[in-house]
Amino acid sequence: MSWVLVMPIAVPFATAVVAYLARNFPAGRWISVAGSALSLIVSALLMIAVLDQGVIAAQMSNWSAPFGITLVADYLSAVMVVITAITGLATAIYALGEIPESTERLGFHALFQTLIAGVTGAFLTGDLFNLYVWFEVMLIASFSLLVIGGGKDRLDAGIKYVALNLVSTLVFLSGIGLLYGVTGTLNMADLRGAVAAAENQGLITVIAMMFMVGFGVKAAVFPLFFWLPASYHTPYFAISAVFAGLLTKVGVYALMRMFTLVFVGDVGFTHEILIWVSLLTMFTGVIGAAAQMDFRKILSFHIISQIGYMTLGLALYTPLALMGGVFYLVHHIIVKANLFFVAGLAKQYTGDTDLTRIGGLYKSAPLLAALFIIPAFSLAGFPPLSGFWAKYLIVKAAIELNMWFVTFVSLLVGLLTIYSMTKIWGYAFWKPHPEGFDPTPDRAPARVTAAMITPIAALAAMTIIIGFYPEPFVQFAQTAATQLLDPTDYVTTVLGAQP
Amino acid sequence: MNSIIFTAGARILVALVFVFSLFMLLRGHHLPGGGFIGGLLGAVAFIIYSLACGPEETRSALRVSPEIIAVIGLGIALLAGLFSFFMGDPFFTGQWYWVGGDSYETSVFSINTVLVFDIGVYLVVLGGILSLTFAFEEEA
Repeated sequence: MSWVLVMPIAVPFATAVVAYLARNFPAGRWISVAGSALSLIVSALLMIAVLDQGVIAAQMSNWSAPFGITLVADYLSAVMVVITAITGLATAIYALGEIPESTERLGFHALFQTLIAGVTGAFLTGDLFNLYVWFEVMLIASFSLLVIGGGKDRLDAGIKYVALNLVSTLVFLSGIGLLYGVTGTLNMADLRGAVAAAENQGLITVIAMMFMVGFGVKAAVFPLFFWLPASYHTPYFAISAVFAGLLTKVGVYALMRMFTLVFVGDVGFTHEILIWVSLLTMFTGVIGAAAQMDFRKILSFHIISQIGYMTLGLALYTPLALMGGVFYLVHHIIVKANLFFVAGLAKQYTGDTDLTRIGGLYKSAPLLAALFIIPAFSLAGFPPLSGFWAKYLIVKAAIELNMWFVTFVSLLVGLLTIYSMTKIWGYAFWKPHPEGFDPTPDRAPARVTAAMITPIAALAAMTIIIGFYPEPFVQFAQTAATQLLDPTDYVTTVLGAQP
Repeated sequence: MNSIIFTAGARILVALVFVFSLFMLLRGHHLPGGGFIGGLLGAVAFIIYSLACGPEETRSALRVSPEIIAVIGLGIALLAGLFSFFMGDPFFTGQWYWVGGDSYETSVFSINTVLVFDIGVYLVVLGGILSLTFAFEEEA
């Protein structure tokens, strides 16, 4: 049973090893795709096990909790692992078209698989220090992926990215140290009881704020988001898609986990701050996007604005709001990765991502236009796409709490999102190309186009499916939210029955 | 740097440090030592060699590029963890076979997956440190 939990981490690691050894051969990239497919299968097995048995936990090396490292999967972890595997497979296929051979020789696929292993590990671990280790695995892999392929822009972006993430990691690590000093444990399930029993609750709140800052930088919330738009527009599109889809969500996941499981002693204080942070994040993100004229920079600022909705779901701290937050998390990973994929293909056709210098895609690539519309409208929250349900749940939760200002900002940000999406639509798709040429798909070889459009179409199909059949997904999110708000199952599964 | 004294001394020093690194690797787990420390010492041996004879010479002495060493180490460490699957234990549970007894005190020596894991760590650290050092040396 413990192997169900280990395999989603072990498979990408093994794939990384094999893919690196085979990096000079064409087989290397297919190993990456096959490994990602295998990851998806083992993640699905994990999901089945969780659906079947509820929360599951495994003690690594047979050291019993809270002394050893525990891997835990509840509904939230399981769905995040599955969605990571889906994004991983989509990116591996997309990379077949985009990544040049010279970059593959540098070990691109191995680094990418290591990144996926790090993300998966962060979702599955039940130990705070182990979470830090997975953050480091992620950071090292993502830094290499950011600068791989060379160029001044990438190095510039990479340095900003790594410097700010190191600061966040440092704050996080100091928080871990203080928390261990106060409670004497780092097992998350054990911490729940230990933190509640701690004498100095004021200190606990201070530590909680350190975690909020540490994870906040990772999740790119206001006012700690500035590293994100400075770095996400430079790497390969496959990379920025997987960053946009997954990396910030790890921060959101960590916030959700810690602020429902451990730091719930002073909800009135911590979650109130989180509400204002979320609102400012939503608003500044969308305003920042409105000022941009680059395809990827607009999308980068939108990540920030959407992160606000997810943290808002956590901050409102009602079953409905958390349910919306979980739903939002899953929907957003699919949609955002897909939009970056579309941006990559648009660049293949037109040669640039600067909106003033491209155009004419609607006429020459109607299929791409249709595939852009789906995630773009979903992001803006048009019914009946997945984003509508996600926003609907959050807004409804705010209305139920009679928080009219929160409701107003959520709806306003939705409106402004449509503005940026129509800007991309108008400039990149409707307007004729400024240099007068027709950006025909012939500019990209058929093999490249096929590899890049397959994941776009698959993710768009998922968006539509979630949109039209939200029932099972909403129910799933509801159970996930219930587990988050009442983690008794989580705690007893990890620690065993308490006397 | 062309110092005859250093180059001559390095030959002895490299061998000594390298053998000591293997000693540290093998005595690990029960006594102070282990893969990480061993790997660092092993890297120190090759760094001394590259200071004396240059990085190209060291690369050919290593035969395999340090990146490959690190990745293979990662694979070995992973295999050591996966081995417990066949015994029906959780991931990374150490598997021990005592030769001539049934515990650390009574047996002559043991064959175990912990050492396999440590060898993996040794190679990861050795390869990782060396690829960093070579990158710096070759740039300068």
